[in-house]
Amino acid sequence: MAYPTLENVLRILTLQDHNTRIVLAGACAFGVAAGLVGAFLLLRKRSLLGDTLGHATLPGVAIGFLIAYGTGIDPRSFLPLALGATLTSVAGIAALLLIRRFSTIKDDAALAIVLSVFFGFGVALLSAIQQLPGGFASGLEHLIYGSAATMSSTDTSFVLVSSLCIAVICIALFKEFSLLCFDEPYARSSGWPATALDLLLMSLVVWTTVVGIQTVGILLVVALLVIPPASARFWCDGMGAMATVSALCGGLSCLFGVFLSALFPKWPTGALIVLSAGAIFAAGLVFGPTRGILIRSIRTRREELKLRRDHMLRAVFECAENSSESVPLSQLLTKRPWSRRHVTSEIARLADRGLLTFSLSNDSVQLTTTGLSEARRLVRNHRLWELYLIQHAEIAPAHVDRDADRIEHVLSLRIVEELEDILDQRPHDRLVPRDPEKSHL
Amino acid sequence: MIWTELDTWIVIAGALTAMSCALPGVFLQLNKQSMLGDAISHAVLPGIAIAFLLSGSKDTLPMLAGALAAGVLTAILSGTIQRIGQVEQGASLGVVFCVFFAVGILLVRVAADHVDLDPSCVLFGSLELAVIQSSGIPKVVWTSLITLAVNSVLVALFFKELRLSAFDNRYAASAGIPPESVRLGLTILTSITSVMAFESIGSILVIAMLIVPGATALLFCRSVGSVLFASLGFAALASAGGHLLAISTIPAMLSYLLDNPDIGSVSSAGMMATCAGLMFFSILLGKILSKPRGASVTQVDTQ
Amino acid sequence: MTTPPLQINSLNVSYHSKLVLWDVGVSIQPGRTTAIVGPNGAGKSTLLKAALGLIPASSGDISFYGGPLRKCRSRVAYVPQRESVDWDFPVNARDVVAMGLYRRIGWCLPVRSIHRRMADEALADVGMADFACRQISQLSGGQQQRVFLARALAQKADLYLMDEPFASVDAATEQAILAVLERIKNAGGTVVCVHHDLETVAQYFDDAVLLNMRIVAQGPVIDVMTPENLRKTYGARLALVDELETNLSSSIPARK
Repeated sequence: MAYPTLENVLRILTLQDHNTRIVLAGACAFGVAAGLVGAFLLLRKRSLLGDTLGHATLPGVAIGFLIAYGTGIDPRSFLPLALGATLTSVAGIAALLLIRRFSTIKDDAALAIVLSVFFGFGVALLSAIQQLPGGFASGLEHLIYGSAATMSSTDTSFVLVSSLCIAVICIALFKEFSLLCFDEPYARSSGWPATALDLLLMSLVVWTTVVGIQTVGILLVVALLVIPPASARFWCDGMGAMATVSALCGGLSCLFGVFLSALFPKWPTGALIVLSAGAIFAAGLVFGPTRGILIRSIRTRREELKLRRDHMLRAVFECAENSSESVPLSQLLTKRPWSRRHVTSEIARLADRGLLTFSLSNDSVQLTTTGLSEARRLVRNHRLWELYLIQHAEIAPAHVDRDADRIEHVLSLRIVEELEDILDQRPHDRLVPRDPEKSHL
Repeated sequence: MIWTELDTWIVIAGALTAMSCALPGVFLQLNKQSMLGDAISHAVLPGIAIAFLLSGSKDTLPMLAGALAAGVLTAILSGTIQRIGQVEQGASLGVVFCVFFAVGILLVRVAADHVDLDPSCVLFGSLELAVIQSSGIPKVVWTSLITLAVNSVLVALFFKELRLSAFDNRYAASAGIPPESVRLGLTILTSITSVMAFESIGSILVIAMLIVPGATALLFCRSVGSVLFASLGFAALASAGGHLLAISTIPAMLSYLLDNPDIGSVSSAGMMATCAGLMFFSILLGKILSKPRGASVTQVDTQ
Repeated sequence: MTTPPLQINSLNVSYHSKLVLWDVGVSIQPGRTTAIVGPNGAGKSTLLKAALGLIPASSGDISFYGGPLRKCRSRVAYVPQRESVDWDFPVNARDVVAMGLYRRIGWCLPVRSIHRRMADEALADVGMADFACRQISQLSGGQQQRVFLARALAQKADLYLMDEPFASVDAATEQAILAVLERIKNAGGTVVCVHHDLETVAQYFDDAVLLNMRIVAQGPVIDVMTPENLRKTYGARLALVDELETNLSSSIPARK
């Protein structure tokens, strides 16, 4: 395999090739549009709708071809094929809605049914076309494998205009589509035409699919509808941010893919775009700041360490009975079921942070001033939480790190005061340390 | 239309394959994994290409092994991404099979430097070609018969585990049936069944027969057992009907419409899928039309 | 006499050819809180959904403030069951509450800062002001329920239809919801709640509708929640009713 020369690389990166420019513009515009539409599809839990509709275009393409052939038009001209493709994918949507409305068949099964039945019919019609004189069948095959690299400038302007329209509709109806995806019954009850919105969203998918299949191939359509939105969820938490990132991922995948295929002309553009999207997805899966594996494991690890620190501080605090007296290690070991190794390593860590001091001479530890106030805060928080759970029989607020979040940040001041009152009224109860921050005032 | 011995074999091979797909398919559908068949049909491509590049031959066995590995990997990988990445099921499946397929296309293109490997021969294996044999029972009938037998035995043996984990996987887990392993077993079984059929018959029949007969049965059957038997029936019926359409009705219609008498029979596998769909949608429509309408309800109330 | 906020006459609803509501007639009184009570599968939620046109009715007529719903959409707010949505959705509490304002904002226009402020006010009304920016998956069940309630409040409607707002919520949320009900009533609004807990009906609500596929009784709580009516509603589950009888007889007189 020949590696591209530096000259070549520069030539491509500076977009000196007319062909590269055309393909790049078309593909990136399509990637952005598909990323936007795909974001809504993902949140509507219908990611694979594009897959189904993409396959459902095959009989349409075949029918368009046959009609054109029968009426004497050039069967490979664009219009009849696109019309046919639109027609059968709309029929596919109708079939999906029919199944959804009138049976208990699950959505994923409905998608599989429509996909396989329509595609099967398409395959049958294609096998008939193959028997027609003139050898047209090979021309239809590129629809399935994609041929982004052979986009003409007419194709590109068609893709550009369509992508622009799709993107504009998505942005204009952003709030309506989000509401539909989040809570359809509520949208309906407050007077939004939910069915019409749903149909519009699906029509956008059809539009994307038909545009895409004509130019970049079915595989690329499915990939760009599914992968960028799934990647976006690793990077952000909000709906607007997600749609933006998804569109960006779609555009970037196309950018990388097209550059790569310009560098290695033998490699198929479509596959390279999908692989770029896949690489972006993998990067998000590992490094994504909201849901990536790395950040989640770091978070878990940090919480674990913090929990261990807090336990140790509390143990020392309880042994020293709310003072900065020194506590022998043997007492700590009897207090909690900890191994000596655990205790010493933990103490070393706390000593590093200046929370306590360790004296070798009498094998005991002593809280520093910072350590003492930190321990007071912890114990106070812990007791208040305990009380809160008992008093309010609350199903504990999920995802609250009870020791880390200061209770005032999670509960209202009123409840905290109420809890403090209760604690004060209970003389038998262990004294709750006062809020160290208040005591400084 | 002339019905030959070949047609009989096509129907038999198609029916056996369809039935062997329908069995695991019912449970796939109950597990909400219906799109797995389609995903596997795309995802086997890199497996086949790698097997070809490694072995350097177009022998069936290495290709089958490669396809199988890729199929199982798809199922496992998409499950893993779904779990550890908290990605929705359909999306994780979509990500995996798209990427696999892209790798496959790339490899095929690389391999094409050396020798011609046509990816379409994998996706559209032909039922008509598979049964052509000088005499005796075609090989494809034997392989599909064996697949059907194995699937039937496995489904019969693990019926209650499959049913329970499809119905309520938390309870199943508490009752000592780990839903993960049941699901894994099911996806492996599906992969094997699909790949066996891809090689001889092509993917479209498999994708359709995994889901459509079971869905048709689910329209009116109440128990999992009856769904299984009904789906076997629908699968066989769809094969026979589909082939009949493929060799008579469709060619006749097309020839008439196009004014071109040269069109012979069309793809049987494609028409078998279509026929299964026709059965599904006609039963669905029948259900919709026979549903008691508003008027009759009011009459009950005014009594 | 004023027109009732919600009037339902001879409503029939069937689901998968099984009759769920049978000749149901309900009249909701303005300025009062009404509980719809009945056993599981009695069609309580179905009644609300059918009234709002979310599921098709076989027959019957429904009027909101004397007219069809489409004439007074803005006066009616719906609080769906918490389980009906995916809480893993990428929005925060404020975004959800702002959804209650979407109709007022209108087609294609974005949510502006004035709307965000209104959303924050509604969140403060349910005691959730501190959680505005929190991702909804990180809220507890009760907090999620309060977010839904705030979304309806943001709508500033006159009639609130709530589907099981008290189902499996914590004590703090229960108090917050009760305070909201009180506030709505004081402002002259009307509340209809699907409610599952028989014991609290008399404390929380003014009126009750006993429903088990058909209406068993409706009217002020004192008149409706009689052992006889309950027995008719809950059928053979007598043990439950007997147990409640003692509770009710003690709780009802306690209330004025």
